[in-house]
Amino acid sequence: MNEIAPTPLKPKDFASDQEVRWCPGCGDYAILKAIQKTLADIGAEPENTVFISGIGCSSRLPYYMATYGFHTIHGRAPAIATGTKLANPELDVWVITGDGDGFSIGGNHMLHVLRRDVDMQILVFNNEVYGLTKGQASPTSRVGMRSPSTPLGSLDGPVNPCVFALAAGARFVARSADTLQKQLSPLLAEAQAHKGASFVEILQNCIIYNDGVFNEVTDKKTAPEHTLILEHGAPMVFGAEREKGLRVKPGGFGVEVVTLGDGIAESDLLVHDETNLDLANHLARLTGPDFPTVLGVLYRVPGESYEARVHEQLDAARTEVEADPHADIDALLHDGPVWRID
Amino acid sequence: MNEHVATAPADDELEVSLVPEADFARVRFAGDSGDGIQLTGTRFAASAARFGNDLATFPDYPAEIRAPQGTLYGVSAYSLNIGRTEVLTFGDVSDVLVALNPAALKTNLADLKDGGLLIVDESAFIDRNLAKAGYEANPLQDDSLGRYRVLPIDITTRTLDAVAETGLGRKDATRCKNMWTLGLVLWLFERDTDAVADWLQRKFYKTPEVLAANLAALKAGHAWGETAELPPEMRRYHIPKAKLKTGEYRTVTGNETLAWGLYAGARLAGLDLFFGSYPITPASPLLHALSRMKNRGVITFQAEDEIAAVCSAIGASYAGSLGVTASAGPGIALKTEAIGLAISTELPLVVVDVQRGGPSTGLPTKTEQSDLFQAVYGRNGDAPVPVIAASRSSDCFDCAIEAVKIATRYMTPVMLLSDGYIANSAEPWPLPDPSKFAPFPVSFRTDADGFEPFARDPETLARAWAVPGTPGLEHRIGGLEKADITGNVSYDPDNHEHMTRLRVDKIRGIADALPEQRPEVGKPHGRLAVVGWGSTWGATRVAVRRAMAEGIDVAQIHLRHIWPLPKNLGDLLGAYDKILIPELNTGQLAALLRAELGIRPHTLNKVKGQPFKVSEIGAAIRELAAD
Repeated sequence: MNEIAPTPLKPKDFASDQEVRWCPGCGDYAILKAIQKTLADIGAEPENTVFISGIGCSSRLPYYMATYGFHTIHGRAPAIATGTKLANPELDVWVITGDGDGFSIGGNHMLHVLRRDVDMQILVFNNEVYGLTKGQASPTSRVGMRSPSTPLGSLDGPVNPCVFALAAGARFVARSADTLQKQLSPLLAEAQAHKGASFVEILQNCIIYNDGVFNEVTDKKTAPEHTLILEHGAPMVFGAEREKGLRVKPGGFGVEVVTLGDGIAESDLLVHDETNLDLANHLARLTGPDFPTVLGVLYRVPGESYEARVHEQLDAARTEVEADPHADIDALLHDGPVWRID
Repeated sequence: MNEHVATAPADDELEVSLVPEADFARVRFAGDSGDGIQLTGTRFAASAARFGNDLATFPDYPAEIRAPQGTLYGVSAYSLNIGRTEVLTFGDVSDVLVALNPAALKTNLADLKDGGLLIVDESAFIDRNLAKAGYEANPLQDDSLGRYRVLPIDITTRTLDAVAETGLGRKDATRCKNMWTLGLVLWLFERDTDAVADWLQRKFYKTPEVLAANLAALKAGHAWGETAELPPEMRRYHIPKAKLKTGEYRTVTGNETLAWGLYAGARLAGLDLFFGSYPITPASPLLHALSRMKNRGVITFQAEDEIAAVCSAIGASYAGSLGVTASAGPGIALKTEAIGLAISTELPLVVVDVQRGGPSTGLPTKTEQSDLFQAVYGRNGDAPVPVIAASRSSDCFDCAIEAVKIATRYMTPVMLLSDGYIANSAEPWPLPDPSKFAPFPVSFRTDADGFEPFARDPETLARAWAVPGTPGLEHRIGGLEKADITGNVSYDPDNHEHMTRLRVDKIRGIADALPEQRPEVGKPHGRLAVVGWGSTWGATRVAVRRAMAEGIDVAQIHLRHIWPLPKNLGDLLGAYDKILIPELNTGQLAALLRAELGIRPHTLNKVKGQPFKVSEIGAAIRELAAD
């Protein structure tokens, strides 16, 4: 019998029939588009693709996908996704969360899904604000942020999501931004290809409550000076004329920004090694105004994911079990000290 | 046949008896929490079960792993009741008390009957221990124990002598004194040491010197009883075998039978079992039991907290496994929001609550029945779930299967209530014939034609279970209110009311499939019915049967289904002049029945972290019957 190759799905085939209801101009639209494009690019099967989210603007995303989707409860998407993936490792599981959902109410689950290393893509839409609850400071908000809940300025130190993920033991940590379509979509494909918990921080603009917070990173005019796109094995160059770079601070720890020329060549610059945890930690912390924000894959090492280990252990422990449920239950009840009374 | 034995209501049931020490005997072991008391009690129970007695046990231990030695709050106790007649409680008073130190004596003496046998480890009654227990004088040397038959033995020294040849250090050797004690008590009850010796062989085969020492201590205790010239009042106890039904038996605790029942339910449903849990007393042994069933494909997931535990189970149910979670009251409180999600998304889930004393962390190791309101009402929104309560260790098996059946048939979370007493107490269980459990295979929706996520089965009102991985059924679910049929997010006021009523009706409709409620013991009408739920079953049954033997018109009605209630319950309760509801709380079932059925019950409440005594329920029955 001839096999008929299925028609490749297009990005729009991954869009559900539901009207998207984010604020006009919200960065989430761009991320949604990037996700749909990624799924088309990688040839994803809608029936085996599951989007699981928590609560918040970002977490509405599953409704807009023509895949399986589960909009769950505050902060708990990683835990629900863990159960789903353990029950059926064949599914491709995506967790959609925001900075509040993922790092305040769900911080504990985020820690544990990463240290267990369950195979899924965790996309954190980080806009440094609570959008759906109308603009309060979030765990990633900068110190001094004024909001309805912090009218005199936030005093809480912010969480750096990528640093958190690295500390939790994630083996794939990357960063991008909502409007960087050219970079974001391939990055999502790489996250999907990685076996284990793939953590992607996506800087996202909240047009209503925190508009422009990442302008330096996303504005075409300022981005070259304020971002550094990582490439494994390539020197760390940035700037509008690619005239700047990062090098190890002479005689000490840490890195510094240098300008090429005047005796400084590309060969003096740091070369990205995505398997170097120390380097990844350092890069994740860099921030303006003195440093560029580092984008791309900060850290990636291959390994075996949690659900694979779970099922290996199950398979190794498995003994012959009666196919007939009644016989099996009977065997279970007899597996121990049993005696007869006649 | 003993003339005091009352006639049993059915041929296949054991008689109820009022004659302690002839038909049944109650023993309590008490000592420091490091003394191996629980193990001693468990092994004695296993020996009695093997011999053919009916039995009931009550492990009662402190929440601290090793409380400071010799303190009152560090006392660990294990009570058991073995009999030739029906034994459903550990007994109101003890016939024999073994107290390994002054603190154990002080905290347990009140329950030793007058003339009861008191065995103490004399060597532990030193000034320091006496002071810790708050004794001003050594009770072994004054007249304070005159009401009992006291047998002081230097157990520690005798144990050390017995194990001297094994070369074990003094500390390890001293730990064998529980085996010496057990040996003596086995002799006292005319039992040999074979079953315990077999068990020791299996337990310590990797450490021959520990095995040798324990065996030596066990045999020495037994031999001491045989050879020591005990005073004549130290008679042995002759408790014959019970006339148990023929068949195969196993000594079980409620947590074990729950584990097996959940697995059996999953098999009968044709599903894989996923258990997500977070350690908490007294539910943890369920996690341990299921974790040992990986050879049968059971996935157990020790989550980071209670919320993750229930969420992982929901995630597994979403993917087509049977998701189960378990906890005690405080953990169930944390799971509440997620249970609401499972109600809203209409996914099957079994939530086991092994209740303990509350509120908050309350009394972790003590039993209580105070989570009924939490189970029935404890969620935001109009969020009904079916609630089932197990009455005893063996009943946990059946209840677990029933919970799985309801969860999958109606696509709903089910609350299954156990408690600390049921979870840990042991009873001999005639193994059921599994072929009596009809399979109830789940069929996942696979047909894409006309699929709507929230279309319902007209009979059960359940929606279809459509799991990820099925082509053509891609859909989205979530905790937001959804439009009827399509499942799309909806804020429409009429739709919300409609959906709320649908969810309520679905759960109420479960009552249509429940069997009629019948009395457990006694007539379906009359002067007085004692209505209970959960672990009060045993004490109530014994109290009711004894009262009937005295000629009192009383019946026992025991509820397995708390929500929804059996449909005929109102009519049934209406056929009695009076209703008595004993509960280990301040009256939660009574309040529920007042609200649902409009009855006006008498209540008997106890909130001491301890099960009811038969005499407490018996007294209430006699008082109401006399009015």
